[in-house]
Amino acid sequence: MNIEAKLGLDVFKIDEEPHIIIDQEICKACEEKYCLYVCPAKLYTVNRETGDMEVECSGCLECGTCRIACIHGALDWNYARGGFGIQYRFG
Amino acid sequence: MAEADEGKVEVVIVGAGLAGLSAAYVLAQAGVDTVVVERGDYPGAKNVTGGRVYMAPLRHYLPGLWDDAPFERHVTRETLTMMAEDASTAITLDSGRFRDEPYHSYTLLRGTFDRWFGDKVAEAGAFVLPKYRADNVIMEDGRVVGIVMGEEDEIRADVVVAADGVLSLIAEKAGLRKAQEPGHYAVSAKEVIELPAKSIEQRFNLGPDEGAAQLYFGALTKGMLGGGFLYTNKESISLGIVVGIGSLLEKEPKLEVHELLEDFKGRPEIRNLIAEGETVEYSAHVIPEGGIRAVPRLYSDGIVVIGEAAGLGLNVLLTVRGMEFAVASGVMAAEAIKEARERQDYSASSLARYQELLAESFVLKDLETFRHVLDFMENPRLFGYYPQAVCDIFTDLMWIDEKPKPKISSTVIRKGLSKFGKWATVRDALRVLRI
Repeated sequence: MNIEAKLGLDVFKIDEEPHIIIDQEICKACEEKYCLYVCPAKLYTVNRETGDMEVECSGCLECGTCRIACIHGALDWNYARGGFGIQYRFG
Repeated sequence: MAEADEGKVEVVIVGAGLAGLSAAYVLAQAGVDTVVVERGDYPGAKNVTGGRVYMAPLRHYLPGLWDDAPFERHVTRETLTMMAEDASTAITLDSGRFRDEPYHSYTLLRGTFDRWFGDKVAEAGAFVLPKYRADNVIMEDGRVVGIVMGEEDEIRADVVVAADGVLSLIAEKAGLRKAQEPGHYAVSAKEVIELPAKSIEQRFNLGPDEGAAQLYFGALTKGMLGGGFLYTNKESISLGIVVGIGSLLEKEPKLEVHELLEDFKGRPEIRNLIAEGETVEYSAHVIPEGGIRAVPRLYSDGIVVIGEAAGLGLNVLLTVRGMEFAVASGVMAAEAIKEARERQDYSASSLARYQELLAESFVLKDLETFRHVLDFMENPRLFGYYPQAVCDIFTDLMWIDEKPKPKISSTVIRKGLSKFGKWATVRDALRVLRI
């Protein structure tokens, strides 16, 4: 089962406003780019055209792994706004 | 002044998890004006456990509360499995003591459990406010006097209780904690897999309502700090994997947690246990692994920090604990706040009572006792070489071919010496003595 299918099982209340803001200047200088593979939902990608780091906040499990792994501090990280984001039924 | 007091409460608790709800329950019972702010749609909406909770601390700190709690199964079988690449060795404890009431531990799911607990807290008289995210603390003259929610809303209080989970942005904003080190945390990914109760009971050799708890370490994390877990619920299995974030960052070639979980599910030891099961939810959670070293400052003027927000969790390979610490720390924070209220003094020196209570209890004592466990577990041999060595020796003992078989003692001594008769092993053995 791939990760997209797994996220498809979860209940998300989508917010138009992203809750993770990326500082592209820091990302451009970052060699490790840990965010690309630590996210258990695999939400970080590099945009092929612009080279920008992108995160798909609508599938965020709000675990915070990227916040801890981003040792360069490129993430202005918050939880989804109240009443939005992942809503675990089982947890 | 009258305006500032409007909308002021005595205690505002950020986060309706086990820690926050436990604190709220005790405060509400004592008639303290308490609000719990929860960013999810309901208590539990953002909360994840492995999981299983050990009951003795819960009964001690909140007696009488748990009789009608929606636990899943009481655990009667404990299994620890060492995984090699192509083999595994398991040890199971099935003890009569696990069948004696009151039961030792229960599996649970937080979506249902925390919602039940939230209702109990509301019945006791606290106000639970869902769908509100606390964004910051209000500081005045160096002390915390409330929280800000979004652009406009604020709640002023005598005390803010940071129960906002492992990342505790509230503790950070109040200046109680610095940036979090990857080496002090692990990431966990879990699936809830539905199966009929009968299938679960047959596959795990359980009676009705009996449960199994299984921990795995070794090849499944490819040498990285971590392991796997499996807990049986009433009609589902919680199956997951945990990996140290520090190990994950250092690992070459790069590996991803969701892929490790898929590999784990595909192993024959797991595959047959979950066959025909239907995955109904995927979740992830960060776990504190730093022990006493990752505990932030626990109080300051007008604020206390509890549960996972305070880094309270303890994985010693055999047992993984967190929810007990959450409940106990919540209750002790509430007791300290009640005493501060009698004095009408919510300064740091008054709230220091919370730390005193924690230090006298199992919470800080256990974290102190197991201070060196992370050093021990950061050893890659524990997740590669040793499980493989044990499985190799076991395989030699079990394997029958056409040749004459050496004595058991000869196999054990010869193989044992070749695999464990090394300086590194002696050093590792000495490290075991520290935990």
